[in-house]
Amino acid sequence: MGALSLSNVCKSFGTVDVIQGVDLEVADGEFCVFVGPSGCGKSTLLRMIAGLEDVTSGEVRIDGARVNLTPPSKREIAMVFQSYALYPHLTVRDNMGLALKQAGTAKAEVAGAVQRASAMLSLDALLERRPAELSGGQRQRVAIGRAIVRRPKLFLFDEPLSNLDAALRVQTRIEIARLHRELSATMIYVTHDQVEAMTLADRIVVLNAGKVAQIGAPMELYNDPANTFVAGFIGSPQMNFLRAADLGEPGETLGIRPEHLTISRESGRIAGSVSHVERLGGETNVYVTTDAHGLLTVRLFGEHSFAFAETVHLTPEPGRSFLFDRAGARIRR
Amino acid sequence: MANRARTSLPRTLAAHAILLAYTAIALFPVFVIVINAMKSRRAIFAHPLQLPGPKSFDLIGFQTVLSQGNFPLYFWNSLIVTVVSLAFILLFGAMAAFALSEYRFKGNLLMGLYLALGIMIPIRLGTVAILQLMVATGLVNTLFALILVYTAQGIPLAVFILSEFMKTVSADLKNAGRIDGLSEYRIFFRLVVPLVRPAMATVAVFSMIPIWNDLWFPLILAPAERVKTVTLGAQVFLGQFVTDWNAVLASLSLAIVPVLVLYLVFSRQLIRGITSGAVK
Repeated sequence: MGALSLSNVCKSFGTVDVIQGVDLEVADGEFCVFVGPSGCGKSTLLRMIAGLEDVTSGEVRIDGARVNLTPPSKREIAMVFQSYALYPHLTVRDNMGLALKQAGTAKAEVAGAVQRASAMLSLDALLERRPAELSGGQRQRVAIGRAIVRRPKLFLFDEPLSNLDAALRVQTRIEIARLHRELSATMIYVTHDQVEAMTLADRIVVLNAGKVAQIGAPMELYNDPANTFVAGFIGSPQMNFLRAADLGEPGETLGIRPEHLTISRESGRIAGSVSHVERLGGETNVYVTTDAHGLLTVRLFGEHSFAFAETVHLTPEPGRSFLFDRAGARIRR
Repeated sequence: MANRARTSLPRTLAAHAILLAYTAIALFPVFVIVINAMKSRRAIFAHPLQLPGPKSFDLIGFQTVLSQGNFPLYFWNSLIVTVVSLAFILLFGAMAAFALSEYRFKGNLLMGLYLALGIMIPIRLGTVAILQLMVATGLVNTLFALILVYTAQGIPLAVFILSEFMKTVSADLKNAGRIDGLSEYRIFFRLVVPLVRPAMATVAVFSMIPIWNDLWFPLILAPAERVKTVTLGAQVFLGQFVTDWNAVLASLSLAIVPVLVLYLVFSRQLIRGITSGAVK
């Protein structure tokens, strides 16, 4: 069990409102990712769920019980931190068992729980070592193991992959996805990396300046963004924003993803010159400077070559564009 | 460490010459005290800078010190006062520093400034008030009076240095402890204190020397025979008309030993404290 419910949750530091009225329901067993640029309040929100920050107003409920005033250790949660936060003076085994030991669990039971968690993460060979003797990837696995041992209602992850190198990040990401399937536990995961968000989440909460910009499944956000913020944040390279009036469309802004712009040397609706080409092998990103719309990105699949300053013509694919009003909200047709 | 591309022989020599010169200057008074402590009175005045030879060697000073007065007791008093004061300074200083660096509360900044004020205002300015207080509480001529004063004297610097260090302790680590159900005291003693140990050694060394060497407060607050400290005890040999230089020098030489031992205990940590931050 592990359902989480936030209703009109707010947080202020002095006069600064960091979280402004967040409502969210996370079902039992769901993998929910908070994503947003740095400073959007996603970590603060997670820390409020954990009980590490007080809630200024609103309600946090875990399995229906109001936990606003419950201390972190009594909320039946476990947290994995970006900096691992392992206890330097304890062995891996003691690090993993500490929470249960503090809760007064019998020794044999603690040992069993540590054993099960270490088997899941293949940490058996490392149990007697201290954190200083482990590599970054191993430390993060221990930190995840420490969370598993508690059998919490909620797993909270605070940018757990940010300190790992690229290869290890992919590997650990897959590991976390596997754990979620095996444990079928509720997980709340904070990241600023949209790839992590898209690949792990059942549901993504996009936060912007302390407010929820949109909540939805990864493909929902990608295919049906509610505003320019979500449209620009999800998807890489970033969505192009064109001036709708110049293209004869209603509204202020027309958004089109780089893969939905066609490029032609002969003719098209928007003329421009190539300012930069990124060739990645599987795909080619062409940056085109246009007079009317500024710098636009075109994403082509396969290898293509364009010369610098070459004149090209871009055309948005029909039916693939999104229209937004002056305030950035989506105009649905 | 030795990078040949970045050092040159003349520069290394110059650096060592300066350091050696400084060491010589700093150690000279100590050296003079120690060699003269082992000489006869005549030799001290005739050739103060000469090393003790077969003719001038004389342990009369040490004999006087050990027979007259009650030096073992004085040493014991000094040691008690220094060690207990240090323990209090480190304990309360670290706790205050933890509170100031860890918790957000009204008046946090003001409290920090108030404690830092103690670094700038010498405690001796309050001697009269302190004496009145000690008389009123009946603590005159007790070691406890000295311990209280020295603890008060040492806490400002301890809080100042330790709170800076405590801010560098990972917040995630403390939060992990909170989620695992550790009390704030356990977080402080088990997670934070071990990580700021080098800084605590630094504070210990800086606080220890002035306490051990102090003459002012023992003279005013605890001049009685049974609570005399070493520095005060050595004053017996300094008379208005006659001064027993052998005994004075011998007692001072002996007084160096305990601080030296304490210093060696802390120094390993101290070097780590001074250089930490330079290399991650």
